[in-house]
Amino acid sequence: MTLRRPVSELDHIAGDADAPLTLVEYGDYQCPHCAAADPLVRAAQKALGRDLRFVFRNFPLTEMHPAAEPAAEFAESAAVQGKFWQAHDAIFAWSRRHGPPSLGPDAFAAIAQSLELDGAQLEEDIENHRYLERIRDDFNGGVRSGVNGTPSFFINGTRFDGGADELADALRALL
Amino acid sequence: MAILAAGSPAPDFSLSSTPDQRVSLSDFRGQTVVLAFYPADWSPVCGDQMALYNEMLGEFRRQNAQLLGISVDGVWCHAAFAADRKLHFPLLADFEPKGSVARQYGAYRETEGVTERALFVIDAEGIVRWSYLSPVGVNPGADGIFDALDALATKGTRS
Repeated sequence: MTLRRPVSELDHIAGDADAPLTLVEYGDYQCPHCAAADPLVRAAQKALGRDLRFVFRNFPLTEMHPAAEPAAEFAESAAVQGKFWQAHDAIFAWSRRHGPPSLGPDAFAAIAQSLELDGAQLEEDIENHRYLERIRDDFNGGVRSGVNGTPSFFINGTRFDGGADELADALRALL
Repeated sequence: MAILAAGSPAPDFSLSSTPDQRVSLSDFRGQTVVLAFYPADWSPVCGDQMALYNEMLGEFRRQNAQLLGISVDGVWCHAAFAADRKLHFPLLADFEPKGSVARQYGAYRETEGVTERALFVIDAEGIVRWSYLSPVGVNPGADGIFDALDALATKGTRS
């Protein structure tokens, strides 16, 4: 299975544009498996250094995880304030510490405060669903690429079906 | 037994979706139908598959396609499952005689007594336009369904 929507400047990208390896994750901020995979992705980033760029795309299962979409909206709004990855990491860290069900307005307020984000702006963006279309675009693009659950990973455009704990080795093997 | 292939007429059926409602394939003549056979309510992979499809109901609607889930579970089991997962599309009970519809589509697993994980896209005239048999333990996603719906739209056979 291959990634149908190529990585572009519209994506959230961590790492060098000319890195030989690209890891794309489709994730849901309220999914426990995504929260658990997050440190393993970070470990892979650390292990691969400049050889890896990491892309995160939204795949919220909104009926199952009612806070997944607002969390994605929070992160997208934080991105406009220049702190996408800080917000992304903080949401998953919160989820690991307090449990995925605890995500919601109080959690977002606490995270916004700790990251020194403009909380009023975040609230307004979430309330007006300012970045919802982008999130739905991510989701629909993922569906077209065969994403069937979260987290789903693609390495250099090819679906990776192993566990998140195998990511670093699988990436290194491609160098 | 192989599942029904593209080009086959889709056998009509009438199954319960709730304790007091029945759904027939012919109810949807003039519309595309996505028929998703899955082995059982509550099993983890199915849950993910149905949860995924549940998120795409807006997309299906835009394509004038009706999604129907179908397994051998009874209506009360379906009702509990749909409520728990907040599913907003019909789950049909191929319950009595057990698996009779699945058998007509070649999507019944005799040894386990459950339906296969099989997908059918049926056009407005009731003809199977695409079908896919997934390994039973694998959530097949929805890319194949949308490719089939795109192909139907391009051919202009979709109403």
